[in-house]
Amino acid sequence: MAFRPEHELHKRRFGRNTGLGLILVGFVAIIFGVTIVKVSNGSFMEAYDHAVRPSITVPESSN
Amino acid sequence: MTDATNHIGTQHPEAQLSDYFALLKPRVMSLVVFTAAVGVFVAPAPVHPFLAAVAILFIALGGGASGALNMWYDSDIDAVMKRTSGRPVPAGLVAPGEALSFGLWLSFISVVMLGLVANWTAAAILAFTIFFYVVIYTIWLKRWTPQNIVIGGAAGAFPPIIGWAVATGGISFESVLMFCLIFMWTPPHFWALALFMNEDYTKAGVPMLTVTHGRRETRRQILVYTILLAPIAIGTAFTAIGGWIYLVAAILLNVKFLLGAVRLWRRSEAEADADGYKAEKSFFRFSLSYLFLHFGALAAQGMWVKLGMGAW
Repeated sequence: MAFRPEHELHKRRFGRNTGLGLILVGFVAIIFGVTIVKVSNGSFMEAYDHAVRPSITVPESSN
Repeated sequence: MTDATNHIGTQHPEAQLSDYFALLKPRVMSLVVFTAAVGVFVAPAPVHPFLAAVAILFIALGGGASGALNMWYDSDIDAVMKRTSGRPVPAGLVAPGEALSFGLWLSFISVVMLGLVANWTAAAILAFTIFFYVVIYTIWLKRWTPQNIVIGGAAGAFPPIIGWAVATGGISFESVLMFCLIFMWTPPHFWALALFMNEDYTKAGVPMLTVTHGRRETRRQILVYTILLAPIAIGTAFTAIGGWIYLVAAILLNVKFLLGAVRLWRRSEAEADADGYKAEKSFFRFSLSYLFLHFGALAAQGMWVKLGMGAW
């Protein structure tokens, strides 16, 4: 089956579509960068894995 | 198979990416970016450079969104005025509905992103700024009162407050002073423009002070606001963000601005007509440098302090 010839609209809007594509790539890069910075600068977090460990016990002196 | 797209854009010139960019009022955005950046920079709390840059980008985008909404609502008067007739909506490049939807989506994205990147106080002030510019200034005041520029000028004065809030999460005396500096500068700046662009506003029926009260009164008001502006601009030197560098710059700039305002006040319309509003145009041009140099001096002062060279 032969390819359909490119529509004139696609040629006319090539610049606009390329620009929008670049903007979207830039937006993704920003989100990625913000995530990296926020995670790197965030306070240390530990999830609870159903096992007692020193970092989640209350020191005796505080009782 | 029918192809409806055959008819799209064949009758009118097609909007390019640059036309959508023009909807954001890039020249206004440059002022927003600069003053917001200074707000972040001079604030006492450090911000990661990448987060600061992204926050400023979304503040600028929010400013641009309000510009697009302004162009949507004002397309009728923009078409009448020579200065604005080439804007994308009156030129027929972007449909009014498209400008509206573009502005609303960008407003939403910029506010949410600023909240996520920085904090929700900064995002809330940005949302209020967009609301103020579009609803209070564009829809309500602009076509109703000659004080439109005075009250509406508040919208353009918010960026340093937002920048400060990005860094500190709040508002302070210093950020309010930066707001006041732009707020008091706006009337002399726009009224100087109105003095030599009066015909445009008359044709569009916008009640600028020059249209409702005449040029004589406008010249007097320019002088009054310039006198009120000087103590705010110079007084900022004696706060936590001020210092010697800023004080010297503020004194020089305000003396020149005041002398310019006195010159405009003394001029008659015959004199202005004779030289093609030379002094008014020169005052308008200087007003742009005035604001950029004040914020530049604040940034320089901030840099001086950050380098450990001492403050007051």
